[in-house]
Amino acid sequence: MSIWEYANPVKFMRTSGAILPWAVAGAALCTVGGLVWGFLTPEDYKQGSTVKIVFIHVPAAMMAINIWVMMLVASLTWLIRRHHVSALAAKAAAPVGAVMTLIALATGAIWGQPMWGTWWEWDPRLTSFLILFLFYVGYIALWSAVEDPDSAADLTGWLCLVGSVFALLSRYAVLFWNQGLHQGASLSVAEGERMSAVYRYPLYLSMLGFFLLFLALLLIRTRTEIRRRRLAALQAREARA
Amino acid sequence: MIELGKYAGTVLAAYGVSLALLLGVIWQSVAANARARRALEAQEKNG
Repeated sequence: MSIWEYANPVKFMRTSGAILPWAVAGAALCTVGGLVWGFLTPEDYKQGSTVKIVFIHVPAAMMAINIWVMMLVASLTWLIRRHHVSALAAKAAAPVGAVMTLIALATGAIWGQPMWGTWWEWDPRLTSFLILFLFYVGYIALWSAVEDPDSAADLTGWLCLVGSVFALLSRYAVLFWNQGLHQGASLSVAEGERMSAVYRYPLYLSMLGFFLLFLALLLIRTRTEIRRRRLAALQAREARA
Repeated sequence: MIELGKYAGTVLAAYGVSLALLLGVIWQSVAANARARRALEAQEKNG
């Protein structure tokens, strides 16, 4: 059995239909569980109760970058192998990625005001995240602007390749430029930098929840795109007849 | 009752904005999927 079998829309619809209920149940359980558990954690000696924001901010930021990477893989699959389902999956993922980026930016600003004394700073990580958000918006706009689906998939595929530079910068900006306000990795494994277990475990659960939520939304949205494509094909056939 | 101290507004605002955005994208995804399914079923029935 090959992974390319899932490039067949019928096979994809059948398999995704079977996975979807489990993804939805897992996403609901882990996201609600992680956020409630995180909300009940004790105050941090430095950050006070604002530490609870980490349970949304970190999973959202992680997904914002990883969704773009997933879109990159799907776009490359389209550009190289011309599998329509992969192009539709990239298109389906973009609005979810944009929302995750917006959540990371908004929660970061809300947390930054009392902790850093400012809503916004032109810090390397913050700035690269803002650019990543603009890339998401541009990517969605480009899909809407081009009428021919294959041309839209080609153009957005190339845009995705260019935007990947900023997705990587968002992840490693703190290492490239260390003059910014933003701290390093929240889940460092280095001795002395490791987050306390009280916060670490609910954070793991929340991260798993956000991943499953993305998976569920990706499946739903890709199924929507396949149905729209089939509907358009049927309407075109009817118009020709 | 959960004690959020002097940062209650900050924490609630962060959770409120995030949940609103998440619920928004979930609702939009499910509604669009239901619309597409109904439209395709109608087309297949008529065609």
